[in-house]
Amino acid sequence: MRFKDVFSIIGPGMIGPSSSHTAGAVRLGRVARELFGGQPRQANIMFYGSLAATYGGHGTDLAVTAGLLRFDTDDERIPESLHFAAEMGVDVVFQTSRKPAVHPNTLTITLRSGRRRCQMTGCSIGGGNIEVVEVNGFDLKFTANYPTLIAYHDDRPGVLADITRLLSEAGVNIGHMDVDRKGRLGEAATAIETDGEITKDLLEKIKRLPNMKGVSYVDLNGGVPV
Amino acid sequence: MRFRTLKELAQVCVNEGKPIYRIMLEDQAKESGRTPEQEWDKMKSYYGIMKEAVMKGISSDKTSRSGLTGGDAKRVFEYTRKEDSSLEPFTGMAMAYALAVSEVNASMGRIVATPTAGSCGVIPGVFVSSQERFGWTDDHMVEGLFCAGAIGYVIANNSFISGAEGGCQAEIGSAIGMAAGALVELKGGTPAQAVHAVGLALKNTLGLICDPVGGLVEIPCIVRNGFGAVNALAAADMALAGVQSAIPSDEVIQVMLEVGSAMPDIHRETARGGLAQTPTGKQIIKQLAQDKKKSRSERKEKENDDESHK
Repeated sequence: MRFKDVFSIIGPGMIGPSSSHTAGAVRLGRVARELFGGQPRQANIMFYGSLAATYGGHGTDLAVTAGLLRFDTDDERIPESLHFAAEMGVDVVFQTSRKPAVHPNTLTITLRSGRRRCQMTGCSIGGGNIEVVEVNGFDLKFTANYPTLIAYHDDRPGVLADITRLLSEAGVNIGHMDVDRKGRLGEAATAIETDGEITKDLLEKIKRLPNMKGVSYVDLNGGVPV
Repeated sequence: MRFRTLKELAQVCVNEGKPIYRIMLEDQAKESGRTPEQEWDKMKSYYGIMKEAVMKGISSDKTSRSGLTGGDAKRVFEYTRKEDSSLEPFTGMAMAYALAVSEVNASMGRIVATPTAGSCGVIPGVFVSSQERFGWTDDHMVEGLFCAGAIGYVIANNSFISGAEGGCQAEIGSAIGMAAGALVELKGGTPAQAVHAVGLALKNTLGLICDPVGGLVEIPCIVRNGFGAVNALAAADMALAGVQSAIPSDEVIQVMLEVGSAMPDIHRETARGGLAQTPTGKQIIKQLAQDKKKSRSERKEKENDDESHK
């Protein structure tokens, strides 16, 4: 079933005018912000396909910016988000690309603050639903409909077993997992969607596992940024 | 969910002696892992957003962000109240309310996608006007939203609800079917009658293309929401009067899938055909592009000014 529940039909509550070009864009911005783990100083947003052609008319630029500021899809400050970003010291730049993308509604967000940098590519697939397809050069797919853990680690035997053991001990059920690596025994990253919230303590434990480089946590329905 | 088709939905209702909304609420709570009370409250907050959007749109002259549309809801609302309108006043109100919510959407106001933002006016138009007319409680309206959601769930999973996939029939058509079926249940009709209302309504929008001028959710989206609300009232009346959809509603949904899949790309939300490519449609797009260019160069000039002040 493509549509899983009643609120994917009635909902989301949102600021118009388009569930795919506006509400979905807010959520993509929010995911990028949570992946970055704080407020960025600079944000560069690249629009592809249909978004590149119509982002102005649909307020997609305002919507992504609102997401970067952690506004929800129904926040009435969305039309003024560029103003709020300037006030909060976030420099936002928009660009368009003619390159073909994986989906007609695709964007890439690059966030920077000092030496820290985070890049994410995602698609708005309709009705406010999104799919992230790439995080920091790793092909990781997730929807952000569920609490999602992103772990950056070395590609070594037992790393995934360590993570899943900690989740299992905490009684957290895994709904979906995606793993990618840049090369054999090189850098790797894993996205794990869970049914329940991951607590701060549990995130700390995962962070301290051997061969672990860092973790991000995305929970758009609540939850605290790491 | 215990149902994949409208036939199965009506059968579950009969087996358990419950209305559609009750089945949807129970299955929703099971799927989400939250309590029925929590799901109820979430839907009730959505109904609050719908009512606010109606009130905001009905009293506003505000134009859309593009400047292309706005103020029509107020015009229609005032006309149907003062003049000797051809529509009975409550029907005119449903139409005005639907226009209102769609205009709020186009001006970047707050709405609920039902099932999409492009078709967000139909259900609030029908629901809020009917609530005023029949004196229903908010809780009764929330029942109606769960019923509409159950119908939309079946349409979405057997066909489509986005213009890019299946044309406007998938957005406005689905919204009308959902509103009509829900109104039947709200007025005390049986699940079977509600299902007939869906089929009757959908048959009337089969083939409707998605051809928004400039790709914006404005022309013709807003007026189609207004017409949609009136059609939903009509379909609900037909079903309550005992009219049946001779072709079962599930089969009509399959026809929507067939027609939408055969629709050329230019008629599926690409703005490359239909009303979007009429001489006037093209002229509007050209004008918008010029305005955009102008505002961009003005912004650049301002930035240059800022630079020179530093």
